[in-house]
Amino acid sequence: MLADPNSLLGNFFERIGALSTFALEFFKRFWRPPYEGRELFNQMDEAGTKSLVLILVTGLSIGIVLAMQSRGTLARFGAEAVLPNMLALSVFKEIGPVITSLVLAGRLGAGIAAEIGSMRVTEQIDALEVAALKPFHYLVITRVLACVIMFPILTICADIVAMIGGYIESVLASNMDYRVFIDIAFSSIRFSDLIVDTMKTSIFGFIVGIVSCYLGYTVRGGTREVGQAAMQAVVLSSLLILLADVLVVRLSLMFFGDIGS
Amino acid sequence: MSEPTTTSTPDSRPADAPPEDIIIDMREVHKSFGDKHVLQGATLDVERGTSAVVMGGSGAGKSVLIKHIVKLLEPDEGEIWVKGRRIDLMKGDELDQMRLSIGYLFQSGALFDSMTVFENLDFLLERHTDLKKKERKDRIEETLDWVNLVDKAPQFPAELSGGQKKRIGLARAIILEPEILLYDEPTTGLDPVSVRTVADIIVRLRDERGISSIAITHDLLCAEIITDKAYFIYEGEILESGTFDEVSNSDHPVLRNFFKG
Repeated sequence: MLADPNSLLGNFFERIGALSTFALEFFKRFWRPPYEGRELFNQMDEAGTKSLVLILVTGLSIGIVLAMQSRGTLARFGAEAVLPNMLALSVFKEIGPVITSLVLAGRLGAGIAAEIGSMRVTEQIDALEVAALKPFHYLVITRVLACVIMFPILTICADIVAMIGGYIESVLASNMDYRVFIDIAFSSIRFSDLIVDTMKTSIFGFIVGIVSCYLGYTVRGGTREVGQAAMQAVVLSSLLILLADVLVVRLSLMFFGDIGS
Repeated sequence: MSEPTTTSTPDSRPADAPPEDIIIDMREVHKSFGDKHVLQGATLDVERGTSAVVMGGSGAGKSVLIKHIVKLLEPDEGEIWVKGRRIDLMKGDELDQMRLSIGYLFQSGALFDSMTVFENLDFLLERHTDLKKKERKDRIEETLDWVNLVDKAPQFPAELSGGQKKRIGLARAIILEPEILLYDEPTTGLDPVSVRTVADIIVRLRDERGISSIAITHDLLCAEIITDKAYFIYEGEILESGTFDEVSNSDHPVLRNFFKG
């Protein structure tokens, strides 16, 4: 049965359809000039440099808290020694990529939707259009690509800092030597696991970039609508990240097998 | 709906194109948004080197009308001829080339707020001309001199007053030396002194550079200064046209109400 287009469900499907068309437009135009190299670099700087502190603090906190919370439980089973291994698996395979992407969805998604949305309502996008400056290339392609490139890089930073956090906790709690910590941490992680689990954040980056650009680019109205677009960008990006994560994990298990297999 | 075709004469000018001296010709333009019919057969033309002014109350369809001339909006029905060619049928590079010969002053100025005044102007020169850095700087200073705001070059749009934003918007609209200028409410919200300043610049652009233009406004002082031919739009239709005096002295009750209050 088809949903009534005026209902909440109908509206939802209509928005998802429009978002898919917008994403297809991205792939259609991505290959064509103009190639906005300088703007892409600016956006990578915006996404990377300005998010780094937040990501590092998040990573450090995840590492320390995860180690503190798990130590007691593992000790009860006499498995305290495998803490670095458990920490590495949790951080590299799931917590690092997903938490980093969710934090970035909040930081970048809202920013992109608000920036492009205000450019729309103040006619700056129309001004780019009439000056033959191809706003889709200049605003959308650069921001989406910046997210695709920067998400994995920031995830690696967060993962490393989380492991440092876990090591700090281990030193404080059991005075563990760093060589032992590294040995145990990486004893059952394959390089392919690290690659797949880090690179899946490119997909998350694409989701955040395209959703936020779409919501900003299609804003109609005024500042209230811009605010709503920013909020929706965070909510929708976060939901789609979590859904995409389930799919990616399922597919990676199908193609690469389980840990250490 | 099948796409309309035009037959060409030997000099490649379509047979149904307007005469050479008519630079803009809008014929029976209809435009609806949902069930709201904004334009209902609007027809107007602009002679080369003259200034046309479209007057009318709020919501009469003035902004919608002017946006069709640069294909920011596409008509549901009707034809839009610019420089003897159908802009409503143009796409891609052909449309871009046509747009580069048209300057557009937006109601809010639509300055790119992440750039300084200088960068706002340089952005267009860098993309669309082969000028060297020094030549671009000279052109920008010369253009800012036209609007008497050379000293504002290093400032950001947020630091400018409403009148200054309009004048910088005008400078950006003329930086690529267009043949046609479109003014969307060029003096709305300005004090009488600023209105006269902007109106005088518009007249100078016509007299010294031979720029043809259409301005939409409900500012009678501005209209009186810049008008060669006036149009009055009401409920999406051109109700009256002629000189400013003819239109402002019309016996039509709607016009009498607009001009005499």
